[in-house]
Amino acid sequence: MDAIILQILNGLDKGSAYALIALGLTLIFGTLGVVNFAHGALFMIGAFCAVTVQRFLTLSFETVDPTRTDFLGNPMKVKTPYVEAWFGADTGAAIINWSVPLAILFAIPIMLLIGYAMERGLIKHFYKRPHADQILVTFGLAIVLQELVKHYYGANPIQTPAPDIFRGSFDFGTILGFDPNVIIYPYWRLVYFGFAAIVIAGVFSFLQFTTFGMVVRAGMADRETVGLLGIDIDRRFTIMFGLAAAVAGLAGVMYAPINAPNYHMGMDFLVLSFVVVVVGGMGSLPGAVLAGFMLGILESFASMNQIKAIFPGIDQIIIYLVAILILLTRPRGLMGRKGVMED
Amino acid sequence: MSKTDISRRGVLKSGAVAGAGLAVPTIFTASSAHAFTNEPTGSSVTLGFNVPQTGPYADEGMDELRAFQLAVEHLNGGGDGGMLQTFSSKALKGNGILGKEVKFVTGDTQTKSDAARASAKSMIEKDGAIMVSGGSSSGVAVAVQGLCQEAGVIFMAGLTHSNDTTGKDKKANGFRHFFNAYMSAAALAPVLEKLYGKDRKAYHLTADYTWGWTQQESIAAATEAMGWETVNNVLTPLASTDFSSYIAPVLNSGADVLVLNHYGGNMVNSLTNAVQFGLREKQANGKNFEIVVPLYSELMAKGAGENIKGIVGSSNWDWKLQDEGTKAFVKSFGTKYGFPPSQAAQTCYVQALLYADAVERAGSFNPCAVVEALEGGDSSLPGISSPSNKGYLFDGLGNGQTLYRSADHQCFKDVLVVKGQENPTSEFDLLEVVEVTPVAQVWYEPDNPMFAGGNLGKCNPGA
Repeated sequence: MDAIILQILNGLDKGSAYALIALGLTLIFGTLGVVNFAHGALFMIGAFCAVTVQRFLTLSFETVDPTRTDFLGNPMKVKTPYVEAWFGADTGAAIINWSVPLAILFAIPIMLLIGYAMERGLIKHFYKRPHADQILVTFGLAIVLQELVKHYYGANPIQTPAPDIFRGSFDFGTILGFDPNVIIYPYWRLVYFGFAAIVIAGVFSFLQFTTFGMVVRAGMADRETVGLLGIDIDRRFTIMFGLAAAVAGLAGVMYAPINAPNYHMGMDFLVLSFVVVVVGGMGSLPGAVLAGFMLGILESFASMNQIKAIFPGIDQIIIYLVAILILLTRPRGLMGRKGVMED
Repeated sequence: MSKTDISRRGVLKSGAVAGAGLAVPTIFTASSAHAFTNEPTGSSVTLGFNVPQTGPYADEGMDELRAFQLAVEHLNGGGDGGMLQTFSSKALKGNGILGKEVKFVTGDTQTKSDAARASAKSMIEKDGAIMVSGGSSSGVAVAVQGLCQEAGVIFMAGLTHSNDTTGKDKKANGFRHFFNAYMSAAALAPVLEKLYGKDRKAYHLTADYTWGWTQQESIAAATEAMGWETVNNVLTPLASTDFSSYIAPVLNSGADVLVLNHYGGNMVNSLTNAVQFGLREKQANGKNFEIVVPLYSELMAKGAGENIKGIVGSSNWDWKLQDEGTKAFVKSFGTKYGFPPSQAAQTCYVQALLYADAVERAGSFNPCAVVEALEGGDSSLPGISSPSNKGYLFDGLGNGQTLYRSADHQCFKDVLVVKGQENPTSEFDLLEVVEVTPVAQVWYEPDNPMFAGGNLGKCNPGA
């Protein structure tokens, strides 16, 4: 029982990331009809927003300390971050410590801008082209973005730690009556899950309770009629693209402390996120969220030693197996609508 | 109307056969013009440096490349000469190799065996590389070593730590300077016993390929011999990035030590996940929970940041060693690049020098002559009485007296036990050398069961 609870918890943070990326993918597909293979790259850029803010806050000036020598025997250059010099050592250190949450403020405008530029600069030229063309061009864009990040930040993972206050783990087991140390869960992963839930709720509320959201939903249902009513639906859809990019970016920022960001992390999530979208049902926002969490938890279960002892390697293929089963029994996915991608 | 017998399909078939014939690599076809593969005829000689520039071991790969560039510079008489000044053999004069200017080509192994073979093949066939070196994965090393043996060029392995490279997969044309999993285990076990006691239960997470398997086997054997129990060993795919689902069950398994048989980006992620789960602050079986990373490097320590503090592991070499060779190398490398070299850089630099030196001593680029020079006759390491203690003995390259053993082409030298620095004095002060384990303690016989099953075979000069 404890192992089951542990793996459900474990699946939540991965599921949260899948759900957030899949939500953005579905938003773009539902509004603009574009299959965006560069969405994983947006997640990666989000994570690198956290890295950039961390680097910015730790920008330092050098002073020579003649009492110490460096590894070559020269007087040692000591680096002091500007923020520590400006705000005092303690306050400066605290600001650096909170670089990941601070990066959220930086990432939102940046990601909106990147999303806007991507849609206006490239993707709008491919609306009337076949899905295969869209996939090729967005996949190519993803590779370009990935290589750019690699060029500027290097090929290696860059540690982007969460604030000290979230270090360590929470003992869930003791609350549920188990022995100590049986069900533990890192604090930051709890934060990630809570954050994902808030973002998802925010996106749904925005679409459900605002006039803007209502128009977008109407446009998703029948773009032509909304256009005939004199509403500039294209402009709104462009904004939705920016919003989807921001959601992916935020998912990336908050994921940075969980796994040190590297240029390739977007690709690792991209394929799985597409499976999530297809399982959830193309164009269905609740389907994407549901499938994201479901597949995250399933993947976690499949990596249990007891299950791997019976089916070796199952953790690598479980998501695809489940996708095949669901698509065989429900060809439109869990919550897919009729008519989407069926023309 | 005339009817010809030429059909479209016939033309295609003959075209394909002719194409395939033309495409057969020239290195695998007999050529009377050359005595051996890629015999250098001009004023220069080309070496092939095959390193991971992308993938989980990219950091090591880039440092290897820096070291190779420095070695080429020194071989051609540039810079301050680095370890050429301290090397016990004085055959190298800084005028290239046998008077020929050293040039090099590079390839990206991507830490994938097929990609590494493809890039090595291209360097041998297209660029005329006479020696291939580098690599940061044993899977890759074993694959490229096999290719070099077939092609008739020398393979000077880079960072490869699996027992198999000079065990069951050893080849006459292949040489390894880096230490191996058995040596790590032999050096680590006494230190682990001293630090954590004899009564421990270990849980292993192991990268699922040749290096991971042999390291796990070696560490389990050495720690079990001193009384530890191995509770579980879970294999993790090399491509894994999130290890949380593997780490979550560890605390509840009855174990009080987690052994991470991971390297490079894998290790950075698994250690970060383990620290996130708070394992290091936990108690198990009435003892502090401990994490051991049997093989790690400065680059990984840098990647892992704060998480590495106090973690024990082993290392082939460290820039803080105080011998003359190390000092010379650190000075050259540090002056050129602005930071100290990693152990991957040192092993690659040394391998390039050892190859060049062997060619000079042999007086020929012929791979069989080079093999003979590196096998070195009858010199032996002092203090070890064994019939297999024979090979090429050298000094001054950073690890003290070192033997390239002729029986399996494995280098034998002292091994370092290291620990993540608790209070670093600079940004480069990441590892603390806990102990320099003497070579006698990590010595094994060539027929040790962990290395059994292979055969060096005969050197292959190729063409």
